[in-house]
Amino acid sequence: MALTKRDAAGKKRTQAAAHPPLEVAAQADGRARRASRIPPFQSFLDEHRMLVYRFLLGAVGPGEADDCFQETFLAALRAYPKLQSADNLRAWILAIATRKAIDAARGRTRRPEPVADMAELLAEQARPHLAVEAEGVDPLIDEPLWSDILALPPRQRVALVHRVLLDRPYAELAAAMGCSVDSARANVYQALKKLREAWTNRERH
Amino acid sequence: MNDIEIRSRRAAARLAEEADREGLLDVAYGFADSPFGRLMVAMTPRGLVRLDYPDRDVDLSLQALASEVSPRILEAPNATDDVRRELEEYFAGKRRRFTVRVDLSPVFGFRRKVLEQTARIPFGSVSTYREVAERAGSPRGMRAAGNALGSNPVPIVVPCHRVLRSGGALGGYTGGLDRKVTLLRLEGVLEG
Repeated sequence: MALTKRDAAGKKRTQAAAHPPLEVAAQADGRARRASRIPPFQSFLDEHRMLVYRFLLGAVGPGEADDCFQETFLAALRAYPKLQSADNLRAWILAIATRKAIDAARGRTRRPEPVADMAELLAEQARPHLAVEAEGVDPLIDEPLWSDILALPPRQRVALVHRVLLDRPYAELAAAMGCSVDSARANVYQALKKLREAWTNRERH
Repeated sequence: MNDIEIRSRRAAARLAEEADREGLLDVAYGFADSPFGRLMVAMTPRGLVRLDYPDRDVDLSLQALASEVSPRILEAPNATDDVRRELEEYFAGKRRRFTVRVDLSPVFGFRRKVLEQTARIPFGSVSTYREVAERAGSPRGMRAAGNALGSNPVPIVVPCHRVLRSGGALGGYTGGLDRKVTLLRLEGVLEG
């Protein structure tokens, strides 16, 4: 055989080495230093960006949603390689976003003035989450109501957005807020109570 | 596409810049057009770490980078501008040498030496598996050299297409033999 010769040890050797199929080669090369199942950050970002943005829009308003979004995902990126498991990444990112939203709300003077496109944005996101699909004016997009929501204490506002706008169960809400289920429930309750009061007062005028 | 989709997409795109500024971007990727279709280009701060032909699955490739390099991976087209430009010039016949640095840190041992030796084969000339193996320090390592070249993470830029069989036969190629032929024609080694 022209392509085969015997070397000193008498072993047969194939003279011409062809490339192996690529996939096989790639696997043979698989020197994964750790069996990380953590997805590439871009996939993680793609999967959760809308949820986080929707939450922040309600929790801090459109004026600060962008900055809060950056802070949230930068914090996540910083901690990302240290994550032990890819389970429950959604709860993890919501907890970070919640913390950032509360910080943002605490760090500024109250600004209960709704931005012009707020109503429009929220109308869009509120609809799929609301059981009531009444024709005409949706009470949730009423601007005075939104100014009341933005005037709520940060934790109450965040709790309200999680529960009512994003329709998250209390357990998830508590995890995101780093508090007990009872405390989460109390925050939503207080928020709703304040909104009802403000609403009723407004009707009287 | 609704408004939240657009806004969150825009915010996500901005994240890569912020991450880069904070030194948190370990792998940036983008895409480059080529006669073979859209190539995936991945960069680390040390250089070009991956160049994929269009038929490779991008998700699988990024997953591999996540475990081999770092999961801090973001799409950042700007970071791949230099590579894109040099590839464009190369395919237009206006560039004979790539100046972008190559990051071979995910490749180890003999494989890496083979790729380093291959990187030195100049435009328009060819070498053999035997020769490359020899220069990489293992004269009998032809087959291993073939394997290393077959899994070259940065084809074209590390020119594994310039390595042929000793008898002059083409051998194999990472992205299919047609592509090897196209590249060798472009470089004037084979007659077009």
